[in-house]
Amino acid sequence: MGDVQLLSGWGRTSPTSATVESVGAASIGDVAVGPRGAIARGLGRSYGDPAQNGGGTVIRLQPSANPIWIDDDPATATATATVDAGVSFDELLRRLVPNGFFVPVTPGTRFITVGGAIASDVHGKGHHADLTFGHHVETLDLVLADGSQRTISPTTDADLFWATIGGMGLTGVITRATFRLLRIETNRCLVYTQRLNDLDALLAAMTASEAEHRYSVAWIDLATRGSTVGRSILEVGDHATLGDLADHAPKALDDPLRFDPGSLASVPRVPKVMHRPAVRAFNELWFRKAPRQHTGTPTLTGFFHPLDGVGDWNRLYGASGFLQYQFVVPFDAVDTLREIVDRVVANGNASAISVLKRFGAASGAMLSFPKPGWTLTFDLAAGVAGLGPLLARLDQLVVDAGGRHYLAKDAHTTPEVIRSGYPRLDEWKAVRRSVDPNGHWASDQARRLDLL
Amino acid sequence: MNNAVNQPQTVVVLGGNSDIAHAIVAALDSPALRTVVLGCRAPEAVQTASRTAALRADVAGATVEVRPFDATDHGGHAAWLQSVADDHGDVDIVIQAFGQLGADAADDPGAAAALVDVNHGGAVSSGLAVAERFRTQGHGVLIALSSVAGVRTRASNFVYGSTKAGLDAFTTGLNHALHGTGARVMTVRPGMVRTSMTEGMDDAPFTVDASDVAAATVKGLAKNKSVVWAPGKLQGVFGLLRFAPDVVWRRLDR
Repeated sequence: MGDVQLLSGWGRTSPTSATVESVGAASIGDVAVGPRGAIARGLGRSYGDPAQNGGGTVIRLQPSANPIWIDDDPATATATATVDAGVSFDELLRRLVPNGFFVPVTPGTRFITVGGAIASDVHGKGHHADLTFGHHVETLDLVLADGSQRTISPTTDADLFWATIGGMGLTGVITRATFRLLRIETNRCLVYTQRLNDLDALLAAMTASEAEHRYSVAWIDLATRGSTVGRSILEVGDHATLGDLADHAPKALDDPLRFDPGSLASVPRVPKVMHRPAVRAFNELWFRKAPRQHTGTPTLTGFFHPLDGVGDWNRLYGASGFLQYQFVVPFDAVDTLREIVDRVVANGNASAISVLKRFGAASGAMLSFPKPGWTLTFDLAAGVAGLGPLLARLDQLVVDAGGRHYLAKDAHTTPEVIRSGYPRLDEWKAVRRSVDPNGHWASDQARRLDLL
Repeated sequence: MNNAVNQPQTVVVLGGNSDIAHAIVAALDSPALRTVVLGCRAPEAVQTASRTAALRADVAGATVEVRPFDATDHGGHAAWLQSVADDHGDVDIVIQAFGQLGADAADDPGAAAALVDVNHGGAVSSGLAVAERFRTQGHGVLIALSSVAGVRTRASNFVYGSTKAGLDAFTTGLNHALHGTGARVMTVRPGMVRTSMTEGMDDAPFTVDASDVAAATVKGLAKNKSVVWAPGKLQGVFGLLRFAPDVVWRRLDR
């Protein structure tokens, strides 16, 4: 019997208590699960409530003794990694990068697990070129509700596979996965940075430049007012080759595949710091530090995981926590995008650096979030008056434009909003029920959003 | 499940005729709200029907259901909550709002004991049953309606005041007992509120409307408060009055 622990997502809103069982993959079937069901939890980096299960069981998967296998087949020129689901991207990259490999897709933090990356079908700055993480998975091992273990792939079990990718852990516990790797020559990226003064200029620049680069992302300031609304920093880039380093950063050639990121500091438990003036000052600095135009060679960490240098940064929002709102709307819904930006700015709710990105094609997974269109992400401090009505209005705008919300971020929306955003929800539920007829797997989010 | 902005999906009111509870439910309305269960002593009463209809209009997106609830059926409260959960799933917020003023209680020992049985005894038995339900689901918020009358009791309503003092001691203590379980208790201490219970009485200083209490309650919920005063000024006022000499305190009670 495990410990009862109070668990919340990265946003630290809506904590619930559950019995936590730490087990190896082989023992998942032995975990006693009551009427409230069980859910796997990785590093707890989803923002809302998908990795918590009030009154039920939460499974933390212990990696095996040999959790990472790299298979570099010279004959096909394809390299894959077979990795235990509980392994973090941090641990994984420390193995991959020195060997000349990178994960096919990384989100904005390395403190997520492989299992979580698949269950949320995560995306990154390269979505328009590389799609989601799930798109690169060849096979995965899944422990089902009846305790049996199955290895599934898109060819052997298409339905269950595409229900599990992006399935928020509700089809079973992912214990291991094999996915394709990206070859890299160096531990740096070649990044072109550009400062833009308004939203129109940004949208035009993003649209024009995306085909030329593997990675493309923009930071928008939503805490500003007046003439600076929509000011932004656009970063486009690619993995730096040895030749790029010779041109731009010859010193880095000494040890081009070194990967040893440290943490600068951790935030202690503090009262809320992210009040509006602090956020505005932070954004001002962030914006000012970016040169008007610049070509640089940031490290992989500096480019992909800039916030990982500060441990527990979610504590900056104090005890009441925060939400991260992320949605996608089709490319032609620029007016909706603009209205949402205006409403967030006008509402005066402090939002730190916000991220805009163009998505490429959907991955084919039934509940995968990305689909072609603009995706905007911003943080909002919770516990602020008027936040509920604002979010309800934003949800409606997104739904009306034919958009949807990211389950890994969601902490507040309704079953109706999710249903309208995910037309394959019923198909997913049918697959889920076929492998879990008695509700063995459950999470707070699943109950809140009627996913079961 | 309460979402990240403290909006519940299912709200249960114990004492489903309470004006303050209705105002709180209306203030908790959002697209997330699906079910409101009103536990009423006499569900078939005409007054209940008309007031329930008014609440339905306030929370148009949710279903409002009335069930018979008896605050003094101490042994039956757990089963009552279980049947609500069986029908509607997790109970996100329970508003404990039943209570009587007991105007003649000071002169009638039997009536006084009955008042204690409802206001205090019912709060304890239903509060414990709610706590057990919340432990089972790993989350939940109990909003308990206390009163400043229990902070320092007065000659004019000390029996009522004593029941609220007992309730307040119980609910604040229960909040400590639930720490770490995902469940919590928020004790609301209103001053005088213009409601059907106080109809015909003169306004005391700092008298507010039910909607003011509701606004303070929802704000307290967002800030994870364990105690909410309504109006907020009363916290400071009673901080002083608690230590006023007896002779001054008696003079203030008019």
